[in-house]
Amino acid sequence: MTHRIVILGGGTGGTIAANRLRRRYDERDATITVVDRNDWHVYQPGLLFVPFGLTHTEDIVRPRGHQLHGGIDYRLAEIEAVDLDTDTVRLDDGSTLPYDVLVVASGAVLLPEETEGLTGPGWGEKAGTFYDVDGASALERSLVRFDGGRVLVNVVDMPIKCPVAPLEFAFLADWYFHERGLREKVELTYVTPLDGAFTKPAASKALGGILDEKGIELVTEFNTGEVDVAGGRLVSYDDREERFDLLVTIPLHGGAPFVARSDGLGDDLNFAPADDHTLQSKVKPNVFVIGDASSLPASKAGSVTHFEGEILVENVQRFLAGEDLDASYDGHANCFIETGFHRALMIDFNYETEPLPGHFPTKIGAPLLKESRLNHLGKLMFQWFYWHALLPGRDIPGVGPDMPTAGKDLPAAAAT
Amino acid sequence: MTTQTIAGVPVEVNDEGFLEQPDQWTREVGAAIAAENGIAQMTDRHWQVVEFMRTTYLEDGSAPSIRTLGKASGVPVKELYQLFPKGPAKLAAKIAGIPKPRGCI
Repeated sequence: MTHRIVILGGGTGGTIAANRLRRRYDERDATITVVDRNDWHVYQPGLLFVPFGLTHTEDIVRPRGHQLHGGIDYRLAEIEAVDLDTDTVRLDDGSTLPYDVLVVASGAVLLPEETEGLTGPGWGEKAGTFYDVDGASALERSLVRFDGGRVLVNVVDMPIKCPVAPLEFAFLADWYFHERGLREKVELTYVTPLDGAFTKPAASKALGGILDEKGIELVTEFNTGEVDVAGGRLVSYDDREERFDLLVTIPLHGGAPFVARSDGLGDDLNFAPADDHTLQSKVKPNVFVIGDASSLPASKAGSVTHFEGEILVENVQRFLAGEDLDASYDGHANCFIETGFHRALMIDFNYETEPLPGHFPTKIGAPLLKESRLNHLGKLMFQWFYWHALLPGRDIPGVGPDMPTAGKDLPAAAAT
Repeated sequence: MTTQTIAGVPVEVNDEGFLEQPDQWTREVGAAIAAENGIAQMTDRHWQVVEFMRTTYLEDGSAPSIRTLGKASGVPVKELYQLFPKGPAKLAAKIAGIPKPRGCI
């Protein structure tokens, strides 16, 4: 019998899943179909550099179809909805795709219109986001024109993609204004709903320290309720106010719109609930979720998606063979954090272990939670790696899906 | 983790004051935790949110976020901040005797 595998989304997760599954199954044993509504595969870590003119949008976007191996059916269409009862996907051209296994890999979308006033007059000029291609380009134009004043880097709400990126933006903005000889005329402030610079204590302390060193003010527990873009005011739900001349915001995130139209598939933010360790949907056993599309308590980040890929593919195969699933995904995430002036730090963590100092992946590897030039070069190198190793679904030598502990300075209690 | 007596009921709490066992909770315990955290008088609106939190947690196994509360509890986000100053989801969870909403990352 030929299995029918349908993958919704041709981004990082969908591409990794499709390419890895294609290698596992002969074309006679499984058909693999990937659906996406557009043909632009964006290297999202590159978006951070666009506003500063350090990269250009054409350098970080490639056609989705070109990243998929031969023997994968690629459909360019808007997804109308998934019908979980009949195991079919309806597309907007009226056609349907029946499946034996569905992989939801449709990522996250930005919802700036959910914040009162944010998309009003001045959006895209005096206020913007670098979290999508158009926004990042618009922000580059705003920054070029900017000649001094108060800049806010604001996270509206969690969860967001790449939770370190807003901090990196603040660090790079400090460097950018310094290079332009404007730093003294710019007041840089980081405004977050969290109670510190980051979610996890050790990293929060280290990153908060870097903000401090760079003279970036930190405003915490600020839950953005309303924005007056023209008037330059960011107002919290509890009526605190931050003034700005330029607002760099990370809008509320949600799952893909079709999730809302698919009865039972998603939660109230349209993210799809799945088992933390097997990635199987909590709604239906023949549905699996990878990457930003899930409501897993893991980072919405490419590294998470990459580590999930191996387990997802294993479990799709086990499910189709009627075997027990592999419950081994541990929430592993790994991120480079650009800190400006040709330096970066790296963090590595999972569900249980917060980012700790030490080295990655072993004691002789790159430094963790500490700025270095090596980490910056690693970050730059990563784009090559993304297109040529990660998307094709190759394993990275020495870096498996499980979080390594060999190089980490574990607290005595945890190091058992 | 320590055992405390709140409103005459012995309960296990963690170091941030959240109940470890949601089934040790009573309305009186909830009211006492509220009073300790600056809410002298629990109104019907407060209880509406707290009960919504508890029901959602007991059904789904996770505490709702502030967005979910705003959309589904019948109390708009703005008012949630008036009822439970600073962090409504966190404070309402504490009063409801359920674990702190998982910090997203």
